Amino acid sequence: MRASMPIRSRLGWSVVGWLVVFIFFFPVLWMWLESLKTEPQAASSPPTLFFIPTLSTFQEVLSGDFPPFFINSAIASLVSTLLVLVLGLPAAYALAIRPIKRTQDILFFFISTRFLPFAASLVPLYLLARDLQLLDNILALILIYTTINLPLGVWLLRSFLLEIPNDLFEAARVDGASFRHEIFRIVVPLISPGLAATSLICLIFSWNEFFYAVNFTSSVAATTPIFLVGFISGRGLFYAKLAAAATVSSLPVLLAGWIAQKQLIRGLTMGAVK
Amino acid sequence: MKTGSSIVSSVAGIGGARDSAASISRREAWARRLPLLPAFIYVFLVTQIPFVLTIYYSFFSWNLLKPGSFRFSGLDNYIGLITDESTRIAVWNTVLLTVSVIAISVILGTGVAMLLNSEVFGKGLMRTLMIAPFLIMPTAGALIWKHTLLNPLYGLLPWLLTPFGLNRVDFVGQAPMVTVVTVEVWRWTPFMMLIILAGLQSQNPEVLEAARVDGANGFQAFRHITLPLVRPFIELGALLGSLFVVQTFDSIYVLTAGGPGEDTTNIPYRLYIVAFQGFSIGQASAIGVVAVIVTIIVATFALRTLFTIFRVEARR
Repeated sequence: MRASMPIRSRLGWSVVGWLVVFIFFFPVLWMWLESLKTEPQAASSPPTLFFIPTLSTFQEVLSGDFPPFFINSAIASLVSTLLVLVLGLPAAYALAIRPIKRTQDILFFFISTRFLPFAASLVPLYLLARDLQLLDNILALILIYTTINLPLGVWLLRSFLLEIPNDLFEAARVDGASFRHEIFRIVVPLISPGLAATSLICLIFSWNEFFYAVNFTSSVAATTPIFLVGFISGRGLFYAKLAAAATVSSLPVLLAGWIAQKQLIRGLTMGAVK
Repeated sequence: MKTGSSIVSSVAGIGGARDSAASISRREAWARRLPLLPAFIYVFLVTQIPFVLTIYYSFFSWNLLKPGSFRFSGLDNYIGLITDESTRIAVWNTVLLTVSVIAISVILGTGVAMLLNSEVFGKGLMRTLMIAPFLIMPTAGALIWKHTLLNPLYGLLPWLLTPFGLNRVDFVGQAPMVTVVTVEVWRWTPFMMLIILAGLQSQNPEVLEAARVDGANGFQAFRHITLPLVRPFIELGALLGSLFVVQTFDSIYVLTAGGPGEDTTNIPYRLYIVAFQGFSIGQASAIGVVAVIVTIIVATFALRTLFTIFRVEARR
């Protein structure tokens, strides 16, 4: 299947490919279409296929009780991502550039905590949050999301740091550069793609997180997925509104993932696949 | 075969000139360790201490709704788990869900990756659209499936199927597990596709060309040249994916709420029911310990694969 591929089979495979992609993308497209309908159009039988799109549903959602949830999601994911970078970068530096004894043990330790099921620590964390009055407090989600993403961040940042030639550090040290100088003048500029990849992955996992959000928050600190599942129980048949809220909720991660496709795959495999 | 740790050290470049830890002073050693400590201590505190507490609680009978019910009960919680029908169902559903989702999405992901690696028109846009299901918020995706695509009355799919003699099928009610698997496959196929595509793109196209010249047909070339090359990537995708799919909660919560009965209740959903509907802290903790044991088994394989990939990368 190289450039020598005849045009007819190229066309044939293109049709097959686009068909498959269409099937996979269709639920997303349908979500967008539903969000542009009026409420009766969205819940009609048979489904409405041709209609005049309207943005009124979005207007309704954005002026309703949705924004606080969205803001909570933004605070929880952005602050936890920042914490991962602040804690993770020095750790990755220690593991990659100036390795200490037992480096591999520590790497193993970090990654094992990422794949520890949430069942392992859920109950004590819940009790602790309850006793510290942190239930339904965004701080609890921030701390939990930092924990979830930090191991990944350390591995990922380390994989980027390993690509910096050692000579750069040697030279800086000969010049008498301090640790802080080394981090801010050499490391940060060189691994900005790494910081981007790490932020992207942290954002995806914390923004989309549901399990802790549903169990640790109720109203004040609830995030967007909690708002969305509220449609099941409380709000009746509001399909257009559901679709509009789902569209807005999914937009930040969708856009970030689309823009940073290269970083996405490296992040998802913890730096193993470049 | 190299062991995991020696692969890490060869990748990390430690063990050689960089690791002169024996000869450096204690002060220097601490200076090196210091940047690591905040992250290490943080992760240790938030994951390890709760886990120890989970093990501790698993030996107690304790219901949050009954004040003063905290008492030592030995192995009762574990015995309860073994004899409880619900546990067996949840473990079985977890295995069924994980294995079928991973198997199907690996096969589909390989197919799509091969399409995107060939000379099709509009590759970039295809890839962009293809990864959307993975990026969409899982709760949002599951809700859209349930209410606008699969709803027997208003959904698109039951309506599209009526000309084929199927009258308004209630997918969620009649085939709950198939529905959950479908939605999860929809979400994880793009993940597999991305990883496998990266594998395919690392292939030297001239080798395939040479095989063609030597008379190998498409299938033979795939079987003997492409597949061995992308195998580690498929394994990596399958194992990373299974670590996530084992924890599936969102789509079950939205699509079926574990039902009907317990037909789609997996271990995480069971834990949720026991801990947050029943408030049985002891029992929930015992489930936690069992879940950890199951995950350690899966993770051991996952890590080994990860290191194989690192070795391949390092060689390049």
